[in-house]
Amino acid sequence: MQPHKLQSLSTALMSISLFYLVAFLSIFFSLLVIFSKNPIHSVLYLIITFFTFTVHYILLNAQFLAIVNFIVYMGAIMVLFLFVLMLLNLDEDSEPMKSNILKMAGLVAGLCLLITLVGSMKSLHMSDPVILKNPDLGLVKNLGKVLFSEFLLPFEISSILLLTAMVGAVLLAKREPKTA
Amino acid sequence: METVTQALQGVPLNHYILLSAIIFTIGVIGVLIRRNAIIIFMSVELMLNAVNLLLTAFSVHHNDASGQVFVFFIMALAAAEVAVGLAIIVMIFRNTSSTDINVLNKLKW
Repeated sequence: MQPHKLQSLSTALMSISLFYLVAFLSIFFSLLVIFSKNPIHSVLYLIITFFTFTVHYILLNAQFLAIVNFIVYMGAIMVLFLFVLMLLNLDEDSEPMKSNILKMAGLVAGLCLLITLVGSMKSLHMSDPVILKNPDLGLVKNLGKVLFSEFLLPFEISSILLLTAMVGAVLLAKREPKTA
Repeated sequence: METVTQALQGVPLNHYILLSAIIFTIGVIGVLIRRNAIIIFMSVELMLNAVNLLLTAFSVHHNDASGQVFVFFIMALAAAEVAVGLAIIVMIFRNTSSTDINVLNKLKW
């Protein structure tokens, strides 16, 4: 009994330290996304950031969301970004930069937001550990039941949203006729 | 998989809130300090992802699947938003040959 307990404790410590490692990587790569000069590098760092989010979902046992995040964000959205960057042919020389005063103002404003959020969080005095009570919570079976019973109407409406977005994107990106 | 999820009982909820707040703030700073429209879009994606992670953490904490269904809807919305937004950026680039948002300052009036 004792060795088994010791082993589970060591896996707990390992997974907690895994959370902090992945959290550090998320913050590091999202900082690189906004501070790298070349837009292509930004997109590649964004892909790594999304991958770290996928790891976060796996750690929370939200397997459906992990897979959807992997396919939709790292697959579809990133291909869209890279494709548009390739069409636009941007590089470091054509990159518009803001003046230093505006950059400092933006940084100060963002840090003020962070201080406000963290300060309001400190006043909550809420620090319960996240405990997975039901291991089936994030699995496809369970989520599918909720999605098709409670959230059926929003689900159908979101299909209309996607159709509208598709028609809108084609209409916007289409070359205008010369006669107009 | 089982051992990882069984063992994840020590990370406090506050640390998830802190991580999401930091990444949301990085997104806000990115929108404020960059002028390239595509990078601004990526910062918006960062903000959406921070909210997604926090919704999932709260969903696990409260043992309620609605939070994860909401994340699914946000992902569908983000995909639609990116498709339309990038089409608009391509159209702007065709008209002005740049993605600098300062070229679009006539929208102010």
